Amino acid sequence: MSLPSYATTGQRIWYYSFRVLCGLIFFFLIAPIVVVIPLSFNAQDFFTFTPEMLRLDPEGYSLKHYRDFFSNSDWQHALWNSLKIAPLATLLSVGLGTLAAIGLSQPHVPFRRAIMALLISPMIVPLIISAAGMYFFFSRIGLQGTYTGVVLAHAALGIPFVIITVTATLVGFDNSLTRAAANMGADPVTTFFRVQMPLILPGVISGALFAFITSFDEVIVILFVGSASQKTLPWQMFIGLREQISPTILAVATILVVISIALLTTVELLRRRSERLRGITR
Amino acid sequence: MLDQGSDDFVVFDKVQKSYDGQTLVVKDLNLSIGKGEFLTMLGPSGSGKTTCLMMLAGFETATHGDILLDGQGINNIPPHKRGIGMVFQNYALFPHMTVAENLAFPLEVRKLGKSDREAKVKRALDMVQMGDFANRRPAQLSGGQQQRIALARALVFEPELVLMDEPLGALDKQLREHMQFEITRLAHELGITTVYVTHDQTEALTMSDRVAVFNDGRIQQLDPPDTLYEEPKNSFVAQFIGENNSLEGTVKELNNDTAVVQLDDGSLIDCRPVNVKQVGDRTKVSIRPERVEYRSERFQEGAHLLKAEVLEFIYMGDVFRTRLRVAGRDDFIMKCRNAPDQIRLKPGETVNIGWMPEDCRALDA
Repeated sequence: MSLPSYATTGQRIWYYSFRVLCGLIFFFLIAPIVVVIPLSFNAQDFFTFTPEMLRLDPEGYSLKHYRDFFSNSDWQHALWNSLKIAPLATLLSVGLGTLAAIGLSQPHVPFRRAIMALLISPMIVPLIISAAGMYFFFSRIGLQGTYTGVVLAHAALGIPFVIITVTATLVGFDNSLTRAAANMGADPVTTFFRVQMPLILPGVISGALFAFITSFDEVIVILFVGSASQKTLPWQMFIGLREQISPTILAVATILVVISIALLTTVELLRRRSERLRGITR
Repeated sequence: MLDQGSDDFVVFDKVQKSYDGQTLVVKDLNLSIGKGEFLTMLGPSGSGKTTCLMMLAGFETATHGDILLDGQGINNIPPHKRGIGMVFQNYALFPHMTVAENLAFPLEVRKLGKSDREAKVKRALDMVQMGDFANRRPAQLSGGQQQRIALARALVFEPELVLMDEPLGALDKQLREHMQFEITRLAHELGITTVYVTHDQTEALTMSDRVAVFNDGRIQQLDPPDTLYEEPKNSFVAQFIGENNSLEGTVKELNNDTAVVQLDDGSLIDCRPVNVKQVGDRTKVSIRPERVEYRSERFQEGAHLLKAEVLEFIYMGDVFRTRLRVAGRDDFIMKCRNAPDQIRLKPGETVNIGWMPEDCRALDA
């Protein structure tokens, strides 16, 4: 969208100020994330840029916070917890969410809208309320403070994302394809895995990503539902901030940012590939 | 060609279908289809023809009555166990599979070996002259090519019965005519029974052994194409199949195979009674445009003639199409073959028109 030659002065002013505005918004969103990265290489135990760092003196930089992260047993324990809980919660969310989306896309299901709203609610209800509710419920049935409980809680938070992304791909799904498959002799299970699943895969992948990220950086529900032995990375970071103010947090934050970017890129590539396989040319 | 053995391969026995429990979409359908027959269900949209096809395929269940396939009731057999091939209106090719994978799909779910599968896929592709396209994806094919693949996929597992739901609707005229020929050729070569659904009467006439004309949830007439065109049993069929002139009047005289009808403007015509019971009945008489004659030497002695005013003369190449005002109606069409001795009538001229009594059928009003 370049400026046409007949643009008025007002349009010219808006044209440039719009660009400046967009730049400011991006800066506002990205700066807090970017500033963490150089700080994590700080040689001192401070959250500020030291004079050495500003002079770009190699003396001012070090990897000690990263070493601390990888050697400190508290952090390692938290990392493994996160890596155990997030994939399991994601798997559960994807399985249940995909099935729910397919079921709810059938026109003959009664009360579809109400059921859909109910399943989406964890995304809308304030987290602290879900967390408190789950705490009381899980304590009653003995799931509070167990891995199962945490995984279930995180799965409940991830399901809405999967339902929404899968429902969106199902809108474009041609139901005569499942009929064709049945007609050719495929039973419903075969039809699901051979015909329906490959075609809704882009939605499933996007949903899985959201579910994973939700579990991976969730801090409120885990504080209620988990106990010290299920301490995840976000929880440890929270403690680190509140009790120790250790710059190791900065190193962890940097690692998490890098993981997020890598994850997003891989998933986007995967999604594009399966979109292409769907035979959709854009 | 016409292979209507005594064997009733597909039978609809008093079948009814209702979607909402109140209105019947299909009312009391009785139909037997012989082995190897090419039967077309023809009718306007909403006439129940597609519903019948879907009940046969198993995607809809009959509210009442039985559907039998090769002597066996199939009401309680799910679609994937019926072994019926089907070509869908939008082809329903799997977009994420190549052409070869699409064709191999029904063979894979039947657990055929790899070499067997490949041989059958190749044979089916060659059958529709698409052998070079095995590795393409459906999105890379034209509409006509997709249609061929859909056809090959419905035939590759060698079903005895193939259903086609308006398969040529999306193609242009030339391709459609070519595919009509291809489909009938394949169906007869392979000896498969075909149930074909369409709303295009030309397609129905050119392709079928028999045509079932549907309207309002009932079969109005079930006959071979020529009988259907020349001897329609009621005014719906006469009007729906081919071009038709319809005149309204009252029966004046009624014999065994001739009747005299007085049209609403008082003029008398000869016709054949088909759907009238007694003198005084209201009737619609139906006459095909190409059976109308205006040259006096062709008329029989004593035949009743009608005065007609020429309104429009349309030159169509092989035929002349003349629009006439007859008995107060100005949509009466006469078609004459383009021959050296044929006169081109001019608008404003008045002629006497007539026809053989057996070409003019007195049907229900």
